Amino acid sequence: MTDMSVLEIQNLTVRLPASADRDNAVTDIGFTVNPGEIVCVVGESGSGKSVTAQAVMGLLPRELTPTQGVTRLDGEDTLTASSQRLRDLRGTQMAMIFQEPMTALNPVARVGTQIAEVLEIHTKLTASERRARAIEIMDAVQLPDPDKMVDAYPHQLSGGQRQRIMIAMALVLDPSLLIADEPTTALDVTTQAQILKLIKEMQQRRGTGVLFITHDFGVVAEIADRVVVMQHGRIIEQGTRDQILGFPQQDYTKMLMASVPSMTPPERTPVGGPEALSVSHLDKTYGRRGFLSQSRIVQAAQDVSFVLRKGETLGIVGESGSGKSTVARCIARLIDPTKGSITLQGREIATLPETRLRPYRRAVQIVFQDPYRSLNPRRTVGQSLTEAPMNFGITRQDALTQARDLMSLVGLSPDALDRYPHQFSGGQRQRICIARALAVKPDVLIADEAVSALDVSVQAQVLELLDDIRERYNLAMLFITHDLRVAAQICDRLIVMKSGKIVEQGATAQVYAAPQDSYTRLLLDAAPGANVEFGQGSAVG
Amino acid sequence: MASQALSPGRQTMRRMVRNTSVLIGGILVALICLMAVFAPFLDTLDPNQMSTSTRLKPPGYEGVMKIYTDEGRVKVPVLYRMGSDNLGRDIYSRVVYGARISLVVGLAVASISIILGMVIGLVAGYFRMLDAVIMRIMDGLMSIPAILLAIAVVSVFNAGMTSVIIAIVVPEVPRVVRLVRSIVLSIREEPYVEAAITAGTRVPLLLYRHVLPNTVAPLIVQGTFIVASAIIVEAILSFLGVGIPADEFPTWGNIMGTARENFQLHPHQILFPGIILAVTVLAVNMLGDGLRDTLDPRFANRM
Amino acid sequence: MGPYLLKRLLATIPVMLVVAVFIFLLLRLTPGDPAAMIGGDYATEAQIDEIRQTLGLNEPLLTQFVIWIGNILQGDLGESFFFKKQVSELIVARIEPTLSLSLVTIIFTVAIAVPIGVLAAYRHGSWIDRIVMGFSVLGFSVPVFVIGFGLIYVFSLQLSWFPVQGYNRIGNGVTPWIHNLILPALALSVIFVAFIARMTRTSVLEVLGEDYIRTARAKGQTETKVLMRHALRNAAVPIVTVIGFAFAILVGGVVVTESVFNIPGLGLLTVDAVLNRDFPTIQAVVLLFSLVYVMINLAIDLSYTLLDPRIRY
Repeated sequence: MTDMSVLEIQNLTVRLPASADRDNAVTDIGFTVNPGEIVCVVGESGSGKSVTAQAVMGLLPRELTPTQGVTRLDGEDTLTASSQRLRDLRGTQMAMIFQEPMTALNPVARVGTQIAEVLEIHTKLTASERRARAIEIMDAVQLPDPDKMVDAYPHQLSGGQRQRIMIAMALVLDPSLLIADEPTTALDVTTQAQILKLIKEMQQRRGTGVLFITHDFGVVAEIADRVVVMQHGRIIEQGTRDQILGFPQQDYTKMLMASVPSMTPPERTPVGGPEALSVSHLDKTYGRRGFLSQSRIVQAAQDVSFVLRKGETLGIVGESGSGKSTVARCIARLIDPTKGSITLQGREIATLPETRLRPYRRAVQIVFQDPYRSLNPRRTVGQSLTEAPMNFGITRQDALTQARDLMSLVGLSPDALDRYPHQFSGGQRQRICIARALAVKPDVLIADEAVSALDVSVQAQVLELLDDIRERYNLAMLFITHDLRVAAQICDRLIVMKSGKIVEQGATAQVYAAPQDSYTRLLLDAAPGANVEFGQGSAVG
Repeated sequence: MASQALSPGRQTMRRMVRNTSVLIGGILVALICLMAVFAPFLDTLDPNQMSTSTRLKPPGYEGVMKIYTDEGRVKVPVLYRMGSDNLGRDIYSRVVYGARISLVVGLAVASISIILGMVIGLVAGYFRMLDAVIMRIMDGLMSIPAILLAIAVVSVFNAGMTSVIIAIVVPEVPRVVRLVRSIVLSIREEPYVEAAITAGTRVPLLLYRHVLPNTVAPLIVQGTFIVASAIIVEAILSFLGVGIPADEFPTWGNIMGTARENFQLHPHQILFPGIILAVTVLAVNMLGDGLRDTLDPRFANRM
Repeated sequence: MGPYLLKRLLATIPVMLVVAVFIFLLLRLTPGDPAAMIGGDYATEAQIDEIRQTLGLNEPLLTQFVIWIGNILQGDLGESFFFKKQVSELIVARIEPTLSLSLVTIIFTVAIAVPIGVLAAYRHGSWIDRIVMGFSVLGFSVPVFVIGFGLIYVFSLQLSWFPVQGYNRIGNGVTPWIHNLILPALALSVIFVAFIARMTRTSVLEVLGEDYIRTARAKGQTETKVLMRHALRNAAVPIVTVIGFAFAILVGGVVVTESVFNIPGLGLLTVDAVLNRDFPTIQAVVLLFSLVYVMINLAIDLSYTLLDPRIRY
């Protein structure tokens, strides 16, 4: 190891515009990245981790200005470099990959051309040499058949393949620093595992220093050499991976790690309550054979059968496109099932027309993923909480009284009923959504990725709330998630779905300990940091 | 923090009145409205009063009108601020009174198209069964060029205010329907609408409570632009001589239409109504632009 | 592509049918006797009877419609009441001036609007941007006939650079042809320049906010190349869409411009037809222009396949 770091950040402060809720995006931060080292900057949303990366690259949005500090790349301060010099450095000495592989590539240019563009900007290679280098680096990032793929357009590639193209583009000129801003967050867990492995391999072979930004402690455990923990634009603590994960010093770090659900499911006694919902041979097919058009039929759900008992939490896990949300939406009758039956309170509801279905709507309530779109922004919280009960004949007065109780139940002030959704944080809104679902005393509560959009500390609290109310009301809960850690902690039983079909079904502990299906094993192996235990060890309070 | 407590609607209001385009456009529109309402008190003559002895006079001409009444010929001193037309009518008075027609046509067309378009658009957007049929009809209407469609409609009815309004409404409605339908289609995917469905809210209430409010801002904006375009189309129809006849009521369009033959010698006859027409449309468009930026940033790119 | 084209062509049939039904009903369902209305105020009983006979007004409505459509499909657009000629002949004779005016206008528009729109987006928030946007609102607001008369006043009456009115066939030479067309095309293009410049600006601005623009910058690409290579290529689809749309709605402006500049094209024909209640001519012109609109839309849709590799049929 040389004694010079690839990246050295000292006293960096970046000011936010006057309208923001705090003065600085980042305040007086400093850390280094050494050659061949992966430094993970970890923090919740708004911690300033992405701003740090943008400041180094000279890609800060116009309204953000660095007010003090230096960011030395191989000894050269990028904050004071001219825009000409910055352009020379980008792609050659520092490169960046982003969160969304779906949108980070130009959709109308061939991927090979986009890789070759880096060479065109920074080298004097001829067109055919550039193409050869592009194919070479595509081979190095293990893309299949690079000779052909070099002429493909981004939309012809999967998300994982596009992220490999981004990595190829970033590494083609062997930069000394690679900045990776949540590069696997938008990917499915199995793809994430492959990409993490690739980044690690490439970085080790080439001795690249990596600044890796993430919110996921699993990823940190998987990939980091050193860790920097940030909160509200300040560095809380930093150290080696084993120091931070094993012996965190600061309360915030401890709290964060305690909030990460463990991959080991706790012991649970099987729930033997009465049946609340049963689904059998449910099919949902999209698309139809049209006139003169090729049939594009998607089997979103195929032959799905299960039983959900009162007081039980049944998880449905799977990657995107597995059909887990389709099943949930069929049960809530937000979409009409193509075939099969759904029995609720002994009543077949799969085929009921809307008018006859309405009385049963009360029985199934749903909490959605995005807390910012789940509440009508024009209606007060009180109006949202009383809508359903009033539909079922409860007077406004009674509904309001009940709404106040529900607000206390979900840990919010009963006096906040007159407020609008924009006055609440994401976690608070999700609590309001839970309260809204409870307002009609449902039999079945569907949580469709209900904690996936939340920061890990908030996520832990909302999970706890969900578990509480399930117990208190003896609810049957259908918990849809892609997150195996969350599923491990909250679900009594688990259904694993893939391409619209159930591949495995069983008690959570059993599925985790002895997965029967090869796909389930693949999923469990892919979960980042599976071998590191969070969620109990260093918990505070 | 204080503004945080306001409802989203109140916050928008606040943003709106601080916008320069809204301010300038709004003030101009208000002035033109005042001009239309108080036309008789702005030192005007009867805009249809002809005077053969003082035809085609230049702006600022002072002379004597010879008016034929039941009691015989009467001489009235007159100042033609903007000159007189080929029948000796006072162009200033005609321009001032002309504001009435422009505004009435603009507002009538906008409100009728918005109401019709909203109802049809809600139905098309929410009831899949009717959607295909309605939208095919709208596509058909949209593919007839608006001015041509308006001309075809006025050619059938007798020329006049009502037929002009109908003629401009027909091509506007499909555009409103498209806008409303696209909003309904995107809003019905929102989780809060789905939550209302699972809450057992009936369809009419669901539309009224959760979908309709989302169409208000875009429709106000769209409505403003419809006012502007209706004023122009009315002027075009009347200019071409197929709209409101010049001897019935003065409109900016028919003043210019009448002045066409004498344009080479008396360009001001077209200049004055042309300028006031342009200023009015500009004011309404500015108002619309400002409203779009403040009320409805999300839909700012839909035109 | 083949089946797709066929499918799209078939899809235009219902649209055109709606247009035809509308135009047909507009005339037949209005209060009063269509024959008397068509005949006009000075028609004799006998003439009205004859009109009724030729239009088959004594037949049921559906039969009338079928006959009418059948005739149109055979190329028989009927005889003009006013000009006493076959409508198809009239249209053929009038098509050149209208086509010339439209083409020159579109060339002016695209040549001016796209560059200033891109510039405004690129210099977003600068004084250039504000001028372009200000001009754009102004351009929307001044009606084409006001601009037309303004141009005539300045350039023809005061400066005598261009003829006041009229049209010169291209057969008489390109120079007189374009000399007569410059003013009307300029007058007509103002509103479209305003429209397309604004839409171009919006599209380019939107694209400039995309992730792949950030990627291009992170590669070290220069701003000019980011704009030309990445932003413009991606903004092409919306820009072409709006150009096509402008072309399709050009017709309305053509009617007015031809009237102001006394150009003997389809627009002037329409106005004459309306003033004389010449219904066969009105119907034919409206149908023709609607067909053009539908075909242009189809062409735009097909052009997407060239501009965007994601769109394949």
